[in-house]
Amino acid sequence: MAGTGKVHMRGTEALVSVEDLVMEFPAGRRAVVHAVSGISFDILEGETLGLVGESGCGKSTTGRAMMQLPSPTAGSVRFDGVEMTELSKEDLRRTRTRMQMIFQDPISSLNPRRKVKDIVAEGLSIWHNDAGDTAVQKVNEVLDAVGLDPEVVSDRRPHQFSGGQCQRICIARALVLDPKVIICDEPVSALDVSVQAQILNLLEEMKERYGLTLVFIAHDLAVVKNVSDRVVVMYLGKVCEVAGPDTLYAHPAHPYTDVLLASIPEPDPDHPVSDRQITGELPSPINPPSGCRFRTRCEKVQDLCSEEEPELREIAPDHFVACHFPNEVPVSVNGN
Amino acid sequence: MAAERPLLEVENLRTYFDTPRGILKAVDGVSFTLDKGETIGIVGESGSGKSVLVRSIMNILTSNAIIPDGSEVFFDGKDTRNLSRSEAKHFWGTQMAMIFQDPMTSLNPVKKVGIQITESIRYHLGASKQEAMERALELMVQVGIPEPRKRLKEYPHQLSGGMRQRVTIAIALACNPKLLIADEPTTALDVTVQKQILDLLASLQEELGMAMILITHDLGVVAGRARRIGVMYAGKMVETADTTTLFHHMNHPYTEALFKSIPRVEHQSHTRLDAISGRPPDMVLDLVGCRFAPRCRYAQEQCITDEPDLFDTGQTGHRQACFYPVGSPENAEALAANQATGITAAGLDLTAAAVS
Ligand SMILES: Nc1ncnc2c1ncn2[C@@H]1O[C@H](COP(=O)(O)OP(=O)(O)OP(=O)(O)O)[C@@H](O)[C@H]1O
Ligand SMILES: Nc1ncnc2c1ncn2[C@@H]1O[C@H](COP(=O)(O)OP(=O)(O)O)[C@@H](O)[C@H]1O
Ligand code: SF4
Ligand code: SF4
Ligand SMILES: [Mg+2]
Ligand SMILES: [Mg+2]
Repeated sequence: MAGTGKVHMRGTEALVSVEDLVMEFPAGRRAVVHAVSGISFDILEGETLGLVGESGCGKSTTGRAMMQLPSPTAGSVRFDGVEMTELSKEDLRRTRTRMQMIFQDPISSLNPRRKVKDIVAEGLSIWHNDAGDTAVQKVNEVLDAVGLDPEVVSDRRPHQFSGGQCQRICIARALVLDPKVIICDEPVSALDVSVQAQILNLLEEMKERYGLTLVFIAHDLAVVKNVSDRVVVMYLGKVCEVAGPDTLYAHPAHPYTDVLLASIPEPDPDHPVSDRQITGELPSPINPPSGCRFRTRCEKVQDLCSEEEPELREIAPDHFVACHFPNEVPVSVNGN
Repeated sequence: MAAERPLLEVENLRTYFDTPRGILKAVDGVSFTLDKGETIGIVGESGSGKSVLVRSIMNILTSNAIIPDGSEVFFDGKDTRNLSRSEAKHFWGTQMAMIFQDPMTSLNPVKKVGIQITESIRYHLGASKQEAMERALELMVQVGIPEPRKRLKEYPHQLSGGMRQRVTIAIALACNPKLLIADEPTTALDVTVQKQILDLLASLQEELGMAMILITHDLGVVAGRARRIGVMYAGKMVETADTTTLFHHMNHPYTEALFKSIPRVEHQSHTRLDAISGRPPDMVLDLVGCRFAPRCRYAQEQCITDEPDLFDTGQTGHRQACFYPVGSPENAEALAANQATGITAAGLDLTAAAVS
């Protein structure tokens, strides 16, 4: 098996389990894009799982594969006891209402010609044949929940709103269907820091209020850390490290996690800019490096790294790393 | 010896736009100077006028722009408004150059990278094709593009976002400008690539002795990169200081609010962020009083009726525009008064959660 290991899986108690997920895309002339190559993770009910890694590492592909948009090339996605990859089209359409997704570019993911109330109600009319008063009530409720005044916004169209407000509309549109899980794909990457803070706080509130389980995708570990209960660090279609966010920050074990941490711009002039910088470019996913995929950019690379793929292993309680030569971490850390 | 004149002097710059909704005051009286080789960071939320400010400096505004009399921009001692057309044409590129948030806005999608770099070299320096190609290669190496020969023959879409931004930097540097304006050069990139590009800009700047204006919405980006920082809000500069002073003695409530909204990696997860509620004002309106008042926790009656001017704080080079500066006793009193009633003079509800 080409997987990076599954010791970090928590078994049957999880609401969602993704196992050995593979997603490949044809790239012409028999070439294949190895977008995601055998990753596994699970999410407990009420948890926020952060997925972090640089552009092109397969975060969005993973999120979409969970929704079966499209179905993965191989592997399993179990959601609330149901194997998503085996569902009929109709069952899948029903199940998907309980797993919603919001995207990075809020403005372009809203139909510019429709009114806000119709955009938010869209799912309702498709799924519940639920026209009339209850639908209007539900739409008003979620708009209000995301901090938009239904009376003011209902009849307006998306272009009259800022990026942050459009993201609120997207969140309302996802909430209206009473989903269990929302996959948030870089929901704040296109927003200013000030608006980003509003949306991060809002997601935390919505999670609380509606008992949501979240997948939160981003490239900035500081952002991911703020909202997550558990973080999966990805690189070029593989999992590097899994841990609680505070553990990951205090004791990063994987050299790639080190780099992600060193890249966060510190709003503190007394904090010298780290001289650690990731070298080079992400290798092509058409022809990924043998062994450890990070080896072409790793400061700690040895011969073994090109020969053998590191499997995910537990190096401290609830702290997992896929690296032959991880950083030392205290073994007795008391959770995170 | 007389002090050397700054490379760039911006004096009471105002840039208005004639729009169907009325006159939009995008930049409304901004002044600052920049020395040779120095970096200033300009920080503010989307729509605060950062891009219009530097576009005014570069003289690349759309035709609906109005620059009222009294606005002045001197570059190297020359009034840029008095440049003749032909002078102006060579001004960009050789004297000042600019890179943008989205590298695709300055790259032509249907032309090979090499052609785009050499075109600008040939145009400005009158170099031969051969010379231009050699210079292009040199630049590609300088901006850290691997396999530069191969890359020169590729189209922009064949490059990653970070590589594209390196190409636009190469084009900007082609003619050794004295001033590089970087308008949110890393906002569209992920943090690891952002770090690479910021490191690259810093080392190029040191090597070439250019001055730089670095624009961002994230105080974290400029903290380690700029010697001085200007904070803009609704078309005005509300605080300027050298970087260390700004972070240690933040005076303006808006600067403080921007700073507090940054998620800090050293904070525990699920730490609630101090978001700034609301949005910047519509700049078509005639704004009275302090423009930040509707969102400010400290706002008092005076803030609604009077407009605070930028004034010296007493610390060298530190100027700010607030009646109740953060850290002052007046500020503490203002906050206490607002908290006692639960509402500011401008109607901001302090009891509600800080978000929505
Ligand atoms: N439909 C597709 N066809 C071919 N290749 C694809 C397709 N979708 C994704 N890829 C490739 O799969 C890899 C992972 O892409 P993905 O969009 O999941 O990355 P990401 O981590 O979300 O990155 P970003 O931060 O840029 O959003 C990339 O190399 C991408 O080019
Ligand atoms: N060509 C234009 N015509 C009319 N309004 C404009 C034009 N360019 C910018 N503006 C307006 O000027 C204000 C400041 O914009 P901008 O400088 O782009 O902000 P920032 O770069 O700080 O995000 C905004 O309200 C924007 O809509
Ligand atoms: S396995 Fe080797 S190359 Fe990969 S991260 Fe660890 S040390 Fe680096
Ligand atoms: S205290 Fe008054 S003057 Fe100062 S920023 Fe707030 S509203 Fe403006
Ligand atoms: Mg993505
Ligand atoms: Mg701008």
